[in-house]
Amino acid sequence: MSPATILDEAEIRRAVTRIAHEVLERNHGAGGVALVGIAARGDDLARRLALEIERIEGASLPVGVLDITFYRDDIGIRAEAPEVHETRIDFDINDRTVVLVDDVLFTGRTIRAALDALVDLGRPRAIQLAVLVDRGHRELPIRADYVGKNVPTRTDEQVRVCLKEVDGEDAVVVEEPGGSA
Amino acid sequence: MNKHLLSIHDVSADDIVRILDTAESFREVGTRVIKKVPALRGRTVVNLFYENSTRTRISFELAAKRLSADVINFTTSGTSVAKGESLKDTALTLQAMGADAVVIRHSSSGAPLTLTKWVRGSVLNAGDGTHEHPTQALLDLYTMRDRVGRLEGLRVAIIGDVLHSRVARSLSFALVKMGADVTLVGPPTLIPPDAASWGVAVSYDVEEVLPKLDVCYLLRVQRERQRQQYFPSVREYARLFGLTRDRVGLLPEGSMIMHPGPMNRGVEIDSDVADLPQAVMEEQVTNGIAIRMSLLYLLLGGRAEEVGADA
Amino acid sequence: MPDALLFTGARVVDPASGRDEVGDVLVSGGLVRAVGDAPAGVTRIDCSGLVLAPGLVDPHTHLREPGREDKETVETGCRAAALGGYTAVSPMPNTDPVADNAAVIHEVLDLGARAGLCDVFPVGAITRGRDGGSMAELGEMVEAGVRVFSDDGSAVATPRVLRNALTYVKAFEDVVIAEHCEDDSLAADGQMHEGEHSYALGLAGKPRESEEIVVARDIAVARLTAGRLHLLHLSSAGSVDLVRRAKAEGLRVSAEATPHHLVFTDENLVTYDTNFKVNPPLRTAEDRDAIRAALVDGTIDVVGTDHAPHAVEEKEVEFDQAPPGTIGLETALAAILTHLVVPGLMSLGRAIEVLSTAPARLIGAADHGGPIEPGRPANLVVFDPELEWVVEPPFASRSRNSAFLGTTLRGRVVHTVYRGELVVADGKAQR
Repeated sequence: MSPATILDEAEIRRAVTRIAHEVLERNHGAGGVALVGIAARGDDLARRLALEIERIEGASLPVGVLDITFYRDDIGIRAEAPEVHETRIDFDINDRTVVLVDDVLFTGRTIRAALDALVDLGRPRAIQLAVLVDRGHRELPIRADYVGKNVPTRTDEQVRVCLKEVDGEDAVVVEEPGGSA
Repeated sequence: MNKHLLSIHDVSADDIVRILDTAESFREVGTRVIKKVPALRGRTVVNLFYENSTRTRISFELAAKRLSADVINFTTSGTSVAKGESLKDTALTLQAMGADAVVIRHSSSGAPLTLTKWVRGSVLNAGDGTHEHPTQALLDLYTMRDRVGRLEGLRVAIIGDVLHSRVARSLSFALVKMGADVTLVGPPTLIPPDAASWGVAVSYDVEEVLPKLDVCYLLRVQRERQRQQYFPSVREYARLFGLTRDRVGLLPEGSMIMHPGPMNRGVEIDSDVADLPQAVMEEQVTNGIAIRMSLLYLLLGGRAEEVGADA
Repeated sequence: MPDALLFTGARVVDPASGRDEVGDVLVSGGLVRAVGDAPAGVTRIDCSGLVLAPGLVDPHTHLREPGREDKETVETGCRAAALGGYTAVSPMPNTDPVADNAAVIHEVLDLGARAGLCDVFPVGAITRGRDGGSMAELGEMVEAGVRVFSDDGSAVATPRVLRNALTYVKAFEDVVIAEHCEDDSLAADGQMHEGEHSYALGLAGKPRESEEIVVARDIAVARLTAGRLHLLHLSSAGSVDLVRRAKAEGLRVSAEATPHHLVFTDENLVTYDTNFKVNPPLRTAEDRDAIRAALVDGTIDVVGTDHAPHAVEEKEVEFDQAPPGTIGLETALAAILTHLVVPGLMSLGRAIEVLSTAPARLIGAADHGGPIEPGRPANLVVFDPELEWVVEPPFASRSRNSAFLGTTLRGRVVHTVYRGELVVADGKAQR
């Protein structure tokens, strides 16, 4: 069966806008807030979120990118060591409210690793989580504060997020097992 | 990637790019307050150093510890190694202790390969005899790429006792693999007779080569070699091939001076020259930790091979 | 500034340009000039019946200074050379101190320049103190102008040392390693060639193999290193064969013979005459004939005198006490003419080639050896090929130990022109 598009470009845009509003609402403005996107694609989303917040509130939030590869719990289990990406957080996270941004929330292990990585980098006042898609099937007690869309899936399905910055188009797609990865 | 890193020939050009790219992230870890990540938590890395080398051993030790691995040091003094236990028995002992990786430095060419017969974990060659020193070559490539932005077409001269230098061998092979232009320079008695097959150029005239370089890589010249009559005296070597204050002016603007250490100030390099800003030996040391972290991560971060037919 | 000289009616023999014809040669301002440019006050020198050739070049001589000025000095040796028709000589480094560093090299060069009789091209030692084991600072000596290195008097001790030397000098242009091929263990205590005569005379001998083994060894190392090797004073037919094969193989090997090895044999020693005691020793007629043939066919490239002065009191002793060596600068040309050219074994052109042109090339003496043409430095010899003379003292050399003493030779130097100056005129040294 061909892949099903569950979010198109317009829907992604609206979701980002809504999350931006929610972040500002929950934190009573932009003060003390920073966005940290989880590589890869979480950082592109974080940058979009920052642009939206600036458009809405006029405030420019610091944006960083966090690679969690070294904190994964499956190192040594997969055939090859997992691919590494850049970490760049040019600001101090101590005492800030850090909003982690990722594209898909699934088992929760990526977020668990991100929490451990962040805590090694400093002591934020609070950590919140924003995701574009929550596809369920948590294996750890992790929940998102801001969700673009809840999408029920089977565990054997693949959820693929395409972003213009990386993939040339904006779309969220669900694929059958054995479909293109 | 291969399970072991015994020689530069074990890694392809793509592997090298991956190793260098991964090292970027580890260099960033080195700038954090907590210079540690849990990636290799619970793993055991053994440093088996039959040759004295504080700098390289510490570099590997730090690399392993920053990956949260447990580190055991077997060095030549004060352990069973000094008491004359054979390499094989030492290896079997490490095996029994559950070493995931063994980093070995040995004065016999080929010792790391021999070790792979007796240990199940990954073996990393930290320098064997006059054969290879692949991690040094990789950290040198990283330093060059970091400063210049590329390796392809980079003009590098390796100056000194090439014949006995495992660093020169690994580095030459690595640079040629990545498309750089390499020239070996030194007294003819210290240039390997098979250099023509390495894909490099050879010159005996250091002043002719210097003006056309991006990287001037100097090798340590041991007094031992003078005793063995490869050249008449340290004085003559320094006159003909040393990077003196006068000669340094021949290097083009923006070029870099490198040395794997330790330096013989006044022999292959004048003391003043070693302290110039274009001499990047300190960066090489810093990058050494990041590269070794990258190697340990890539070698141990994948699934360990199924246990083969073993004792 | 020397006068302009016009040599007229000479038979000009110039292997470098292929000339062998009667003609005139003009010398002025230190250089050879076009004959038509003779100035008005030119000194004319009649050379009818004489041969004019490029000045001879001796690639192998011992000037004994510094250290044994009693036997010879650079000045007296150069005078002897000029009288023998030589305009360039290469003194060996077995002086005291040994010429194994730039300082001694510079001293010898200065002494030669002050004597002003011929050019001096010092040979540097391969090993420190000629000890055979530790490489001397060859690079430093090359900077001082040295182009040939040798431990003459001994062979280099081990193949490894030779290998390192042959390899090391590749860093420099046109540098040659010259070997005295003798194995000490076989040659030890030998006084002459080991053969029927040494047995009859009751003298310990040096077998041919003591030379041939080292020749073979050195050729093998030359093959290993693709280096540039020169073999000094070959004395045996076996050595000649080895060199012939090495050249056929394309190895960069050259060889030398001395006048005395081209003329004399071990039979000359029946009177225990120490003037015939040389190293390597005079061998059999077969060896001598093989060396002659090799010189003619090019297997041997150059003639070197191995001029080896010894004090009278050193040579006038019991045979086994005397040091080996014969002087040769004043007799070399005549010896070759008398014993090789006159009997028709070798052409005059080839004789000049091995006495001048080829040695000039070997030692890098660019101003010598011809060709004799306008613009080139005037280093010339004019000799009478017919004049017979008896070899007897006084010699210009400080020493008298000549193997040719008392013999009659045909051919004598009349004039020697050194950088345009007549340093020998009518057979007499002018300074």
